[in-house]
Amino acid sequence: MEKYAVYVPRLIKKRENFAPGHRACIGCGEALAVRLAFKALDNNVIVANATGCIEIIASQLPFTTWHLPWIHTLFENPAAVASGIEAGYKAMKRKGMAVPENTKVVAIGGDGATSDIGLQAISGALERGHDFTYICFDNEAYMNTGIQRSSATPFGAATTTSPAGKQSFGQFTWKKNMPEIAAAHNIPYVATATHGYPFDLMAKVRKAVDTPGPAYVHILSVCPTGWRSATDTVNRQSRLAVQTGVFPLYEVENGVYKMSIDLPRLRPVKDYLKIQGRFRHLSDDLIQQIQDRVELEYQKILEKANNVTKRAKVKGKTGAAKASAR
Amino acid sequence: MATRVGIEVSIAIADAVKLANPDVVAAYPITPQTHIVEHLAELVANGELDAEYIPVESEHSAMSACLGSAAAGARTFTATASQGLALMNEVVYVAAPMRLPIIMAVANRALSAPLSIWCDHSDMMSVRDTGWIQIIAENGQQCVDNIICAFRIGEDKRVLLPVMVHLDGFNLTHVIEPIEFPEQSEVDKFLPPYKFPLPLNPDNPVAMGDFAPPVIFTETKWAQEKNIQASKKVVSEVWDKYNKAFGRQYYPVEKHHSDGAKVVLMTMGAVGETASVAIDEMVADGQDVGQIRLRLWRPFPLEELREAVKDAEVLIVLDRAISYGGPCGPVASEVKAAFYDQPKRPKIVSFVGGLGGRDITVAGFRDIVKQGTEIARTGSKNEYEIYGVRE
Repeated sequence: MEKYAVYVPRLIKKRENFAPGHRACIGCGEALAVRLAFKALDNNVIVANATGCIEIIASQLPFTTWHLPWIHTLFENPAAVASGIEAGYKAMKRKGMAVPENTKVVAIGGDGATSDIGLQAISGALERGHDFTYICFDNEAYMNTGIQRSSATPFGAATTTSPAGKQSFGQFTWKKNMPEIAAAHNIPYVATATHGYPFDLMAKVRKAVDTPGPAYVHILSVCPTGWRSATDTVNRQSRLAVQTGVFPLYEVENGVYKMSIDLPRLRPVKDYLKIQGRFRHLSDDLIQQIQDRVELEYQKILEKANNVTKRAKVKGKTGAAKASAR
Repeated sequence: MATRVGIEVSIAIADAVKLANPDVVAAYPITPQTHIVEHLAELVANGELDAEYIPVESEHSAMSACLGSAAAGARTFTATASQGLALMNEVVYVAAPMRLPIIMAVANRALSAPLSIWCDHSDMMSVRDTGWIQIIAENGQQCVDNIICAFRIGEDKRVLLPVMVHLDGFNLTHVIEPIEFPEQSEVDKFLPPYKFPLPLNPDNPVAMGDFAPPVIFTETKWAQEKNIQASKKVVSEVWDKYNKAFGRQYYPVEKHHSDGAKVVLMTMGAVGETASVAIDEMVADGQDVGQIRLRLWRPFPLEELREAVKDAEVLIVLDRAISYGGPCGPVASEVKAAFYDQPKRPKIVSFVGGLGGRDITVAGFRDIVKQGTEIARTGSKNEYEIYGVRE
């Protein structure tokens, strides 16, 4: 992918669908991811937004950051709102009413809106087969309300409602696997992405939106405020999440798994954990537990993927610094 | 020419919705609303209604899908009851300030616990402050007429508000009545094609549902309140036009022998017809009684109510819901507020009855009027009476 890095930006539109001038924290990985996701799309898109960081930073009466038709109603319902928009357009078009051709519907929400409170509405919309894309911008906690744990918060992370203390090492549950839950609905397209791999992210969002029927994209979005990490390392953290196997990049197209990056070996998870304050309390034992779990989960995805050659064996504990982290 | 047929009221409502030609129906089944949405699904399945039917996974998503479809500019209908209305409550609040004219039939049913599938008005009272226009029907014909009117009211450019049409669960939803249906061509003339002024449209992007900081929140709420207050005029105007087109007139407060009557009984919903029989009997007996029925719950018809009972000495209000720990029945409470600062006001007596499907018979209504008159004369130890309760 690196060899295209100089050329590819020239193919990208200058137009911003998510404009500058919003009120995100400095170094916000989610705002970056949203900008990239919608830069990948044309202006024939209607956005249904869940309550959360992106909704709050990008809207305040009478202003908006969006150059697209945009609707926010509640926290847990953007998938259902998107269902209604899609159905409305379908019916109006069929009945000969004047609506723009080829209008796409994209629902977006954070990890809380997606894997906790809005899970039922997402499942319903995916199951009903609406032609829409759901994008989860996952920053691994309820950041908008002040860094409370969600079911997407990783094991061992300290948040304000899963604090580390004498009796606790922080979050004691493993991150809910939303992409796999989405894939279990047998929808035509599921993908994971992160802003540290921008062209991959844009290509996947584009593909998701162009796919007829429901599509789901899960985008890891680094939150330096909530992760207690340096604001100038968000893309580095994003890439480390991939290179350590913590957040594998893959696609599931019509049930066929495909890894997006061929990693000869994984870097140790410690490289990813050590630059984030939310993990600073973790003992070596706990880090090893995370290492083991990451390898196990990564192996599962690898086994499902049909394009990974046998030489790409997962080895977490060695060959650390060799994988590229630009 | 209009045709008159014997038909179950739920089926009739679905047929009335079909006459309004909605683009989207999103609904989740709940007793006693089911026959309405089943028949709509059937109409769509048979190609008799050209609409998208979204079989959502909950009422919360039903109303959310309605928000999306109405915001896209599609004519939108849903129906629910009781727990369903409670589950969608959060979403119900959003529709009015966003000016989305969704039309919803509510088959009034008691709220749990204990579970009851039968009628009272606790669900209707729970959405009193959501900013929706709330119309109450008493019989099947009124349901059909008011469903058609609701679309015209809600979609009027001066209104652009969601409208609920309330009908009592089972007492109306599951009974067969003779109902007159207007012709499609007549409804098309009465109800112009829907054109939402600022839909979600890539050709003209709008942002809907921004958050409001304290500096502007009050103004948005003021605008919403002005809007629903002003809608009252349009509601009456649409009813007048409906009368011109179809020959049936509706009023925010319906009167029955109430002009000049000393004792007036006030009801909402299907029990009104039973009460009318009792009132007729009592008038025939030479008693000075009358009845008013509230047709419009929100916006509340203050002036019409005051005018309707201007000669009354006693106003007995029957609520089919309890405001737990409150001063009296929820409707009675508002009626008292409506008269508090009036120079001449009737003595207002609050009864609660008909909870969870308990019938009030003709004899029961005669008894309520008798007891109410006595309470007005002598006073009562209670702020309100629960009629027929076994203490």
